[in-house]
Amino acid sequence: MNDKFLKIGVPILFIAAVIAIWEWLVWFYQLPNYRMASPSDLIPKFWQFRELFVVASWETLWRTVVGLALAVVFGTGLGMIMGFSRIAREGLYPLLVGFNAIPKATVVPIVALIFVGQHDFNTVLIAFMISFFPIAVSVSIGLSTLEPEYRDILRALGASKFTIFWKIALPKTLPEFFGALKVAVTLAFIGTNLMEIVSPHGRGLGALFDSGRISADYPLMFAVLFMLAALGILLFYVVVALERIFAGWAERAPN
Amino acid sequence: MAFQIELKGVTHAYRTASGPLPVLDDLSLQIEEHSFCAVVGPSGCGKSTLTRLVSGLMRPDQGEVWLSGQKVTGPRPTVGMAFQNPVLLEWRTILENVLLPLEIVKTPMSRAEGEARARHLLELVGLKGFEGKKPSELSGGMRQRASLCRSIIHKPDVLILDEPFGALDAFTREDLWCTMHDLRAEEPFTCLLITHDLRESVFLADQVVVLSGRPAHAQHILQVDLKGKRSLEDLYSKKAVDMLAVLRHQIQLAQGRVPQEGAA
Repeated sequence: MNDKFLKIGVPILFIAAVIAIWEWLVWFYQLPNYRMASPSDLIPKFWQFRELFVVASWETLWRTVVGLALAVVFGTGLGMIMGFSRIAREGLYPLLVGFNAIPKATVVPIVALIFVGQHDFNTVLIAFMISFFPIAVSVSIGLSTLEPEYRDILRALGASKFTIFWKIALPKTLPEFFGALKVAVTLAFIGTNLMEIVSPHGRGLGALFDSGRISADYPLMFAVLFMLAALGILLFYVVVALERIFAGWAERAPN
Repeated sequence: MAFQIELKGVTHAYRTASGPLPVLDDLSLQIEEHSFCAVVGPSGCGKSTLTRLVSGLMRPDQGEVWLSGQKVTGPRPTVGMAFQNPVLLEWRTILENVLLPLEIVKTPMSRAEGEARARHLLELVGLKGFEGKKPSELSGGMRQRASLCRSIIHKPDVLILDEPFGALDAFTREDLWCTMHDLRAEEPFTCLLITHDLRESVFLADQVVVLSGRPAHAQHILQVDLKGKRSLEDLYSKKAVDMLAVLRHQIQLAQGRVPQEGAA
């Protein structure tokens, strides 16, 4: 089987199969669309609300990406501090775990109250809050588990800490970083949508979902979920592409 | 004659939760310029500590380490190091790995000269044609060869080897011993080799230092009576076998086992 087919053809076939099974199940059990909409119910909805879908998808996407970018910057910085300083690691871990354990759905109304009306900012903030944790943890683990010999080969030559970080620690941590980023991508979508659904300002796919709920338009709600999945897949593969560019060396040739 | 590496009464202890753990006790050593010194001793006797002290990565509690007539106070770019783990950077090609020290150390070599030298060294150790490969595409022995090239690319006057052949199979190890002789013949350097392998020490070194058990001092110094480049067959000569017997006896003493008189 050639590689291209494996990487593109196989996933498309699997998605098509799942959609087909979904369609068949809804037909077989004669489910009404308020219990389960079928894929064929979604197509007219996509067409009917096509402009809303485009605008809302864009709003959800850019706010997710900005939140994620902040999470990368902050998470990497925090991870570096925790990776290099034992004191910071021991001190910050419980705080970080505690913060991460708080369901972000409960934070949404609080944030919405604190920054009343700042919908874009709030949405980005929640996306950021929910997604920086795995990045910080993976970077800190990557740096703190760097084998001492790697440091020593440069340190023995009188290299500075920064040089060691730049030439060795940073690139060596990249595979872990990208692993965490893949998790963070999907988390960030959850964050964006939480804000859009719980505190809707008529923006984003979350708000479109909410309007479907209010008007009892169940196929529209399913269509939004489908769109979210598609955006998630899109962003995930953007991360995969970046990983291939910056950490492609970590991928072994397939056997 | 001035010594290239000199340790004067080096004493060192690690601070552990259950109090200080002394590892080196009044260790003195002299290594002449361009000579090869192997250090053997029982497990955990402080051999690796010794490499860290000589390279300046650590400073001794007491005593002094001198390199080329200067007291060691910290890391210095005139040192080259290689470990049991070849620690090649997986995201760089073999050539780029070998060139790494030149990015840190200021040398009169230009980028092109450095690269030419790297290619030459790689050819010398039998890695011609692998310059553009990634470390993951090479076998363990080949990676260790590349690591050796990296340790001498910047023409260090002192080369410190911490069991670089320890993890290799016997045949690869013997191959690399011969490679070491080739490298030395090409350009002389002063070498401190830490090893567990007595045959390796006799085959490579001009002098073998046996460390006692912890805390270690120089228990015995053997001058190896095989000058210059040698062949693997020399290891089976009467001279070599006698030297190995002496070293074995000394190691057993260091381990605290009293060898039986007249044991074969």
